[in-house]
Amino acid sequence: MDKEKVIEVRNLAASFGDTVVLSDVSFSAYKGEVTIILGSSGSGKSTLLKHILGLYETEKGEIRIFGEDALGLDEDQQLHMYMRMGVFYQNGALLNSMTVGENVALPLKQHTSLPDDLVDDIVNIKLGLVNLEYAINKFPSELSGGMLKRAALARAIALDPPILFFDEPGAGLDPISLESLDRLIIDLKEQLGMSIVMVTHEVPSILRIANRIIYLDKGSVVFEGTLKEALKCDVESVRQFFSLLDDVDKAKQA
Amino acid sequence: MKKKSVSSDIILKNGTKYRLDNQTLFLSGELMLPVVPEFIRKVLKRIKLQKSGDFVVNLDQLDNIDSAGVTSLFYVKRKLGDAGFRLRMEGGNETIVKKLELFKPEKFDELPPEAKIGFFELVGTGVYDFFTSYFYGFIQLAANIFYFAVADLFRKKVRRKGEFANQAVLIGVNAVLIVVFMSFVIGLVLALQSAQQLRNFGANIFIVDLVVIGMMSQMAPLITAILIAGRSGSSIAAEIATMKVTSELDALKTMGLEPIRFVVVPKLYASLLTMPFLIVLANVSGIAGGGVAAYFYLDITPEIFINRMGDVMRNKDLITAFVKSQVYASLIVLTGSFYGFRVVRGAEGVGISTTSAVVVGISLVIVADSILGLLFY
Repeated sequence: MDKEKVIEVRNLAASFGDTVVLSDVSFSAYKGEVTIILGSSGSGKSTLLKHILGLYETEKGEIRIFGEDALGLDEDQQLHMYMRMGVFYQNGALLNSMTVGENVALPLKQHTSLPDDLVDDIVNIKLGLVNLEYAINKFPSELSGGMLKRAALARAIALDPPILFFDEPGAGLDPISLESLDRLIIDLKEQLGMSIVMVTHEVPSILRIANRIIYLDKGSVVFEGTLKEALKCDVESVRQFFSLLDDVDKAKQA
Repeated sequence: MKKKSVSSDIILKNGTKYRLDNQTLFLSGELMLPVVPEFIRKVLKRIKLQKSGDFVVNLDQLDNIDSAGVTSLFYVKRKLGDAGFRLRMEGGNETIVKKLELFKPEKFDELPPEAKIGFFELVGTGVYDFFTSYFYGFIQLAANIFYFAVADLFRKKVRRKGEFANQAVLIGVNAVLIVVFMSFVIGLVLALQSAQQLRNFGANIFIVDLVVIGMMSQMAPLITAILIAGRSGSSIAAEIATMKVTSELDALKTMGLEPIRFVVVPKLYASLLTMPFLIVLANVSGIAGGGVAAYFYLDITPEIFINRMGDVMRNKDLITAFVKSQVYASLIVLTGSFYGFRVVRGAEGVGISTTSAVVVGISLVIVADSILGLLFY
C-alpha cells in the first residue's frame, strides 16, 4: 500500500447520553480519492463527519488528518487544520447577509493578508470554476437551489484545500442538476488534486464519483473497500442498498 | 561577486529562495497560498529596484502552484505593468501550465461601475419609498390585522386554540413585575423632585394633585407602553421575522392558515386586553410611590393623601388612560409585526427588524401620546 492516507480514524466511539451513535469505527481515506460514507438514516454518518471536522468533542478513539493528530489541537493548530479543509454543507450554509462574492471572499480576507484586488481575482476564478461568475453580487436568497450548492462549493474551495468534505451535496437536487454537480466535483478534484470525503446516499452519484466506500450500519463500519468490491459485496445491508438500482431495470422491462 | 548574488535572491520566511538573475526570476518549490502575500510584497519591491523594463518569470523549477499562486503571478504582472515593466512567464511542467490556464484571471470582465446617485434623486426615491413601502405597507398591514381581529372576534372556530391565553401571559402577566416596579420608582422620584418646590410655596398638599394627575393621565400609560414596546414589540418582530426566514410563514399559508390570523391576531387581542390592567397597576404603584415620598418629605399622612386623592381624581383620566392603552397596544403589535414581515436576508435581517420594531414602536407611542394628550387636554 503506497497510497498516502489523508484521514485515518481508529476505534472512534460516540454517544449522546445513553444512545450509542458510533461504536468502534475505523477506516482510512486516501489521497486523491473520493471516499463515500454511506449508510441509512440514523446510522451515524453525519455524527462521524462532525467528529472528523472537530465539531463534536471526541472522547474515545483517534482521528488523524494529513497524518497529524486531529484531536486535542489548540486554537492555532485547529485554525491551521481548518484552513486546509473545505466543507460543503447540505443547504449551502452561506451567510445570508452577504453577497455570493463576499461569502467566497470571507475566508480569504480573514485568514490571509492578500491585497484586496487579488482576493477579487481569486473570488472571480473560483466562481468561474463553478460557472457562477454572473452571480457575484447576488444574495443567497436570490439564488436557486442548484446555484446555492455551486456557490457553497466555490466557498469551500476558496483556500484551495487539499481535502474537501461534503455533507449530502445531492439533497434537494433533481437528478440532472445532481449529475452536473457531480461532474463539477470530479473536474475540480482532477484540476485541484483534492481528496474528497462525502456523506451521501444518492446511488447514481455514488456510481459516478466514488473510489472508495465506507458503509456504516448502526454505528459501526460493516464494509470498507472500493466501489467494485462494494457492488459485489454480500453484506446484507450493503447488498440491499445497491439492489435499489435493479428497480430501474425492472421498471423498464415491465 | 558574492555580494551581488546575495542581493539578487528573494528569500521568503519559510526558507524558499527565488533566484533573480539577469532579468529572469527563477521560481522553485511551491507557490501556494501561505507564502503568496509575502511573495507578492518581496517580488514587487525587488523588481522595482531594477531599471530595465523586460522581465521573465521562469517556472521550470516550480513543483506546485495553487489558484492563489497563479493569481499572484498575474497580479504581479499587472502591478508591474502599471509601473512600466513588462513581465513574461515561461516554462513550467505540464501541471503548472494547466493550472496557469485554469486560474488565469484575465478572462473576467470588469463589472460596469455603479451609476452615481444625485442628491435630488436620493431625496426623491427616499420620500417615494417611504410612502410606497413604509406608509402604504403599514396602513395595509393594519387594515389586514384589524380586519381579521374584528372578523374573528365571534368566530371561535378559526382562532388558534389556547394561543390567546398563552400570549396574554407572555405579553401581560410576565410584564407585571417590571411595570409595577418602574412606575413605583417613577412616582417616587416625581414626588421627590417636586417636594422641595411645593414646600417653598407652602403648597404641600398639592403633591397629591401632581402625582395623581401626572401618573393617571400621562406617566402610567406612557411607561407601560414603552416597557411593553421594548419587551413584546421586539419579541413579536423577532418571532415573525424568524418564521419568515425559515419559511414557516409559507408553511402556514399552504396549510390554509393565514399567518396574520394565526400569529398576529392572538397577540393583538392579548395586548389590547392586558394593557389596561397593566396601566391600572402602574397607576396604583406609581401613586403609592408618590405617597411614600409625600409621607417622608412633606409629612402628608396616608389618610390625608387618600382623602385628597378622591377629590383630585377625574373620570376623564380613566377614559383617557383606557383609550391610550388601546392605541398604544395596537401600535406596538402593528410595528412589531410590520418589521417582522419585512425581514430580508436571514440572521442579520432578524436583528435589524427587531431593532427597528423597538425604536419605531417607542417613537410612535410617544408621538401618539402627544397627539392624544392634546385631544384630551
